Amino acid sequence: MPTFELNPQMMREIIMDHYSNPRHKGVPAGEGYTKTHSSAVNCIDDIDIYLKSSDGKVVDAMWEGTACTISTASTDIVCEQCIGKDYKDSLYMIEQYLKMIDEKEYDDSVLDEAIVFMNTGKQAARIHCATMGWTALKEMLEDLEKKGN
Amino acid sequence: MIDFKSLRNDFPMLRNGIKMQGKPLVWLDNASTTFKPDCVLDAISNYYTHETSNSHRGDYDLCYNMDQKIAEARNTLAKLLNAESKEIVFTAGTTMSINLVAFGYGAKFLKEGDEILLTEAEHASNVLPWYKVCEMTGAVTRFIPLTKEGRLTAENLEKTIGPKTKIVAVAQVTNVLGYVTPIKELAAVAHKHGAILVVDGAQSAPHMKIDVKDLDCDFLSMSGHKMCGPTGIGVLYGKYDLLQKTDPFMTGGGMNARFNMCGKATYLDAPVKFEGGTVNLEGIIGLDAAVKYIMNIGLENINAHEEELKKYAVEELNKTGNVTIYNKDSEAGIVTFNINGVFAQDGATFLNSKGIACRSGNHCAKILNDFLGTPATIRASFYFYTTKEDIDVLVDAVKHGKEEFLDAYF
Repeated sequence: MPTFELNPQMMREIIMDHYSNPRHKGVPAGEGYTKTHSSAVNCIDDIDIYLKSSDGKVVDAMWEGTACTISTASTDIVCEQCIGKDYKDSLYMIEQYLKMIDEKEYDDSVLDEAIVFMNTGKQAARIHCATMGWTALKEMLEDLEKKGN
Repeated sequence: MIDFKSLRNDFPMLRNGIKMQGKPLVWLDNASTTFKPDCVLDAISNYYTHETSNSHRGDYDLCYNMDQKIAEARNTLAKLLNAESKEIVFTAGTTMSINLVAFGYGAKFLKEGDEILLTEAEHASNVLPWYKVCEMTGAVTRFIPLTKEGRLTAENLEKTIGPKTKIVAVAQVTNVLGYVTPIKELAAVAHKHGAILVVDGAQSAPHMKIDVKDLDCDFLSMSGHKMCGPTGIGVLYGKYDLLQKTDPFMTGGGMNARFNMCGKATYLDAPVKFEGGTVNLEGIIGLDAAVKYIMNIGLENINAHEEELKKYAVEELNKTGNVTIYNKDSEAGIVTFNINGVFAQDGATFLNSKGIACRSGNHCAKILNDFLGTPATIRASFYFYTTKEDIDVLVDAVKHGKEEFLDAYF
């Protein structure tokens, strides 16, 4: 369960906080990052995701690009919440998030701040925005897991 | 005086109490597509319930009648544009019309180093076909500079055009900013330098009187669905001698005169040589009904009504102090704006939550953004059935946009 009270005021604050001051936005200066691109025909969002990992764990995750409030905040949050987790836990969290957006049953115990996007499905046109960072990281992590590094 | 409000009763989408996000639908995306009146739907339905037949050389009455209907539709379109009916080619829409000119005429006649002049305000469909033709021929595209406010002037064309310019391709009304381009003056400049003028009429034909003889443009493209007609049907107008010089880019039944086993074929004359295969018959019938409907209202009346709506929208939106408008002085019924402090896509989603259909993005004119200095805008676009009340709903929504836009997600 999230450690904060879930109400529109709090949800708005969390989204706006990550939108106005994204913690993980930027092109990483260091080496050892893999990069993937994510964009969509039907919206403006166009981002790159950077991932650095070591010993089966996410060491760092960053993103850069043009994006709306929902894609900015959701991508920033997935970066934040993957850092320090191993692949398995990261992928489990991402899976629960995607189930939540799809309005299926999900395990909310691992979602932390990402729970603020629980009603994004109401705006069908923005589902892609809320998931583009998450699915991009999912694919990168699955790829790493397959390669076993 | 036309009672525009009462015309709304002709449109099922406007009288059926359609809701979006639980709110009465406010349709402000007419630059994208328009609603269809009963007369168009009835004409299409009647084709399938009473008049079904293919066209071309049938030996029975239904087919003969179909050919007559197509001829009538060509006449209707010719009347709309003050063209000859043999200068009206039915296509799938503006995109196909421009591609037909690009590949049937451009690719045939352009040589390495020849120039095609465009502007930054063009829709993708008036940029990408030309890029492709340049790849094929070695011709190059160049951009005519716009004025500071985003207009294309004959003066700027005169400064840019050169001896290698063979084609000038521009929109009569641009889809993001809605400025009306001085086509007649541009045609004079283009012709003086031996170039042809290809006009994208997608955003102009539904909203203003066009006289191709007076404008002296060489080609003009338009789409049926932006003028109350069905999707998948449009028109290419071309001066007849140019159409005759243009190659078909689709060959097949209905467009050939004869062919033999040695690989030789002769084609029919324009316009039918461009209409290979079974054409979009329901589309042609629907478009004919749509054009008759809007001609009955009067293009001048439609234009005057939209100009009034545009002024009203700009005034009322400005009063809120919450918006930046990028095209307040343009003539067409298109308002391009942002809610201050709200990213365009978030703004449009917020409007969706209020039942308002607007579009965010770069509106298929992806090279215009550098000019506007913003990555994206919201576009509200009007038609003759748009009311001041529709605009009031928009204005009321943007008043609270900055504080409430995320509420759409809770």
